[in-house]
Parts: sequence; structure tokens; C-alpha cells
Amino acid sequence: MEKKKKKAPELETAEANAESAGKKGLKERWNAFRLKCRESFLRVKKFLHQFTADGRYQKMLSSPAYEATSVKGMKLVLQESGQSVQTIEKAQKVGRIISLIVTYAFIGFMALIVLFPFYWMIITSLKSTTEIRQTEQTFFPATVLWSNFVNVFKWFDFVTYLRNTIIVGVISTLGTLVTTILAAFAFARLEFKGRDFFFLVILATMMIPGEMMVITNYITVSYLGWLGNAIGVFSAMIVPFWVSVFYIYLLRQNFKQIPNELYLAAKVDGKSDWSFLWQVMVPLAAPTIISIFILKLMGAWNSYVWPNLVASREEWRLITNGLRNSFTTTSGDPQYGLQMAATILVTVPLLLLFIFFRKYIMRGVGRAGIKG
Amino acid sequence: MIKKNNWKGWLYLAPIIILMSVFTFYPLISTFLIAFMKNYDYQVQTSEGFTFDNFGIVLHIIPIVSGNAEPAWVTDVIEYAIPNTLIITFVTVPLSIIIALAIAVGLNSIPKFQKIFQTIFFIPYVTNSIAVGMVFAVLFDYKGIINFLIGDMGSPWIDQGAPRWKAMIALCIYIIWSSLPFKILIFLSGLAGIDKQYYDAAKIDAAGRFKTLMHVTVPLLSPQILYVMITSFIGAFKEYDSVVGLIGKPGTDAGTNMYTVVYYIYDSIGRNQVDYASAAAVLLFIVILAFTGIQFWVSKKRVHY
Repeated sequence: MEKKKKKAPELETAEANAESAGKKGLKERWNAFRLKCRESFLRVKKFLHQFTADGRYQKMLSSPAYEATSVKGMKLVLQESGQSVQTIEKAQKVGRIISLIVTYAFIGFMALIVLFPFYWMIITSLKSTTEIRQTEQTFFPATVLWSNFVNVFKWFDFVTYLRNTIIVGVISTLGTLVTTILAAFAFARLEFKGRDFFFLVILATMMIPGEMMVITNYITVSYLGWLGNAIGVFSAMIVPFWVSVFYIYLLRQNFKQIPNELYLAAKVDGKSDWSFLWQVMVPLAAPTIISIFILKLMGAWNSYVWPNLVASREEWRLITNGLRNSFTTTSGDPQYGLQMAATILVTVPLLLLFIFFRKYIMRGVGRAGIKG
Repeated sequence: MIKKNNWKGWLYLAPIIILMSVFTFYPLISTFLIAFMKNYDYQVQTSEGFTFDNFGIVLHIIPIVSGNAEPAWVTDVIEYAIPNTLIITFVTVPLSIIIALAIAVGLNSIPKFQKIFQTIFFIPYVTNSIAVGMVFAVLFDYKGIINFLIGDMGSPWIDQGAPRWKAMIALCIYIIWSSLPFKILIFLSGLAGIDKQYYDAAKIDAAGRFKTLMHVTVPLLSPQILYVMITSFIGAFKEYDSVVGLIGKPGTDAGTNMYTVVYYIYDSIGRNQVDYASAAAVLLFIVILAFTGIQFWVSKKRVHY
């Protein structure tokens, strides 16, 4: 109660703040809030009334902690433990500034931690092996050694891996888009028996760890004879990934937002479902489709486990496997300069993708949350 | 209307039905069955009948007996894979959620440079987990920058001869680092959806910053926290890429002391022990399912939708 009393002067500003928020919100909510404000204001008023009526106020006046209370118009000014409202406000202002500084320091420090590995990757790639291994670590290369970026190609067959990854990434992404668009359309617009049940079933498969599938899929592709030749291995890396339940879910939600009137109007115009899907739905859902395209492409770039199982030869490897396998068998002092040059080659394309499609990636992830 | 479209709907779904039957539904059943098959040979697809032994072998209850050879025990799972996976899960998930929440709340309260910081914190998401794992291996090298900064040059973290707990610390730091961006993004989108009125109400009640955080922000973010918790628990149970990226092999020496459950599963496939791999995968599946179930059950009371 005492706290409320102290805060009573702020009711006005709070109400003003709430007014701006209320405009955006629902009218009922605003009214409820108004009532609440009014209620607490009345409570404070009632308390103050009792406070002055039953002599407690007189007692307070004589106590040193609460020295004087004066009423200025509608505003209540109260002195508590020797502080006037002005000093309290001042203290609050200082507190706000301090907490802002602390927040910035924390955020800045965490940002440094996040960025540091990238900085270290770049400068290590420009150092000589002796400088990397020396006891006094340097925060900037003593001699900038660009030759790591030339020599790395002897160890790390970047061009082959890049070609393989692009082939697998593009074909699996395009296939996924086709199956996803068709399935999302069926789940969002068409009506047929068993639709909702089947949708639930495929959603439930998201809960199952992929390892359950990987074991049998490995047996399946080896049974199909896909593991011995290039076309087979590439099919094994592409075909199982033509379905992505999460993207179906994402696109279905997006399709559902498109008003049904459009569909009915198209029906009246004699458009078939098929042409409505490709001429109206797909263009309208383009942002989500772009998000899916980029996230799926990134997934192919980052996939490690499955390609590692099926790509048995060096020339079939994807970029991530190539990166790991190129630098595990070296004996003696690890060639960190070359390793970091290779990791930069793998990281930069992703960062470029991020720079150009930041909006789509962040929005897709914000809704999705599944890597790849 | 419903009848007219009936066959058409299934036609649109045909591609995913065919693909999922082959690569999702059939494998699910098949892996379950293989887990209960004795001496399953995947190349000729034969087995010697039904058994529970695979689970017993994986969990170090019964040894592998083949012919007259000495009975062999599988110790990797019970000694390394399960404890490591549990440590990773129960260290990285709570820590990363708390750090991500602190960063998200901080980001939400600063007036300037919000977009720039938001982008910086998102960058680890768009990197390759193997590549960044290799960068962390350089940071945690025994002659690396971390040892230089803490003044302990030469003692190994993840290299040959490193103690298991030190390798685990390095691994957990890497996992937390790489799992922050997704969590921050989800929390930020949740924070953006909180009505400002709640904060005004808290102000009227003279609630302090910390009190507002605990009694207003966290309860209103609880759906996002639940979502992040479930996805990151599942992710942590399946940790594998990070070990491969950081250490490159299953252990800090010739052994397997950095095994995780999923690492064991993939290694077993490579060793032609598909039946053990299946048993381990079924166990993992059951644990994840139970865990998700518990979280949903708890959330019924705690999450405000």
C-alpha cells in the first residue's frame, strides 16, 4: 500500500503511456486497463483518506522517517526517509543510466565473444605455422602470409567439393520445393477425407530422431546398389531429402492466410486448382518460398552425417566432409594456417548468402527453428 | 465438394507419400525390428531370430558371444556415450537458455544499435558447425590463445592426453556458443509480441527491474521458452557434429572418451553392427519421447498461452 502511495503521482503519466498503447490494442483491453488504473487510484485515495482521518498521519508527522506531506493541486508529494520526490526521481534517472551502461557493456562483451572465433580464424589463416605455434600468441600476424590461400588448394580440393555441394544442394532444394508446394496446397486448400489425420501423422514424424531413419536408409540405398557409382551416390544424397515436413507446415500456414475468396473467385473464372496454385498461391507466398529455398540450400552446405556415410570416395564428397577429412589424417604439427584458410573458404559463401538474404533467413528461422 | 476433390488431394500428396513411405515410415518400422533381431546382417538381410540381447549388449548387461571367442563387452555406451550425452544436455541447455534470455532482454531494452547487435548475434547460426568446430580446436589448442590468456601454456584441452573434463568444458563452450543465435532470435520475436501495457502495470506497482523480468517477462515468454527448451533438449541429446568438428575423433586420445550416443550409432553403422546401432537408436528415441512428454506435462501448469 505504501508503495502505491508513493507511486500515485505517476498514475497520470502511466495513463498517458497506456493511451498510446491502447490505441493499437483492442478497445476492450484499453477499457479494462482504464478501470484497473481507476481502481488502484481510488484505492490509494481511500487509503490516504483513512490515513489522515484516524490520526496515523499525525503520528507520522512526528516520526523522523516521514517528515512532511504536502498536497500540490492534484499531485501528491511525499517525503520518505528524508528524500523528496525530486531526489528520488534523480536517483531513478541515475539508476537508469547505470543500468543502460551495464546492459551495453554486457551486450558488447557477449558480441565480442561471438565474433572472436571469426577474428581468430582470419588472422590464423594469415600466419605462418611457426608464429601460430609460438608461446607468445600474437593478436595480429607479424608477417601477413597470403600464401596459405594458395597452398590450401593442394590439401583441400575446394573446386570438386564446391561442385558436388552445388549439384546436391540445388537439385535437392528444387525437389523439396515441388513436393512442399504440392503438399502444402493440398493440406491448406483441398478438402478430402483423412486430410487432417494424415497431416498430424506427418507432423508427428518431426519428433522422431533422424538416427532412427538413417540406419535403415543406409541399408536401403546399399540394397538399391546406390553406393558404388557416382549417379547412385548423388541420388542417395538427394532423393531422401526431397521431403521436409517442417517446410510443408510452414508453407501450409502461409497458404492458409491467403483469403478463401481468391480461391472461390478463381473457381468462378474457371481456373483449375493446378493453375490457381501456380499463378496465384505461389507468387503470393514467394517470401516464404525464398526463405525455404535459402535455408534448404544452407542445410545442404552444412550436411555432414549422411554424405559422410554414403560418399565413400574423395571425388564424391561434399564440402563439409571434404573439410573435415582433409585435415584429420595429418601427422605432426597441425597445419593450422592452411586449415583456417580452408574454413574461411567454407564459411564465406554462407556469410555472403546471409548478407544478401538476411531478411529471409532470419524470418524463416524465426518461424522455423530447424537448421537445414 | 468433399467427394469431388477426394482423389485430387491424394494426388497432390502423392510425391511426399511415396518418398516418406520409403525414407521415413518404412525405416521407422524396420529400425525397430532390426533392434530385436539376433545377429542381423544388413548386406544379405538375414537374422537368427528375435532377441532382446542387442539392448543388453549396448547397455553393458550381457557380453557379445560369437562362437568360441572370448565374450566381448561393449563398454563405450555405458562408460562414455550416455554420461557424456547427459552432461552435454544438462549443462548446455539451461546455460544457453539463461544466457540467450539475458542477451535478448538486454537487446530489447537498449535504444540504439539494436539491429547491428541482433545481426552480430545471429552470425553463428549461418556458419558450418564442422568449420567453426575446427576454429574452436585452434582456440583450445594446447599452444592456443585460450591457454595463452589464462597463462597455462602447454596443457591440453582437447589434444592427445587431455583429461576428459577439460575436453568436456571446451565442447560445452562450443555448443553453447553455436546454440545461442537461434534462441536469441526466438526470444526476441517473443519479446516483440509482449504488450507494453504489462510493463506499465508493473511500473504502477513499483516493481523493480529484476522483479519485472521474473514476474512479467519470463511468464509472458513461457511459450517461447518451452519451444526453445524442447528443441534444444532434443538437439543436445543428438549432439554429434560438434564433437566431430571440435575433436575430429571420438576421444582425446586413442580411446573413445568423447563419445556421444549418436556418435556411437554412426560408428556402429560403419563397423557393420547395424543391430546394436538400431538398439541404441530405439533407446534414444524412447528417451527423447519421454523427455518431450515430461516437458509438455510440466508446461501445462507453468506455460501461459
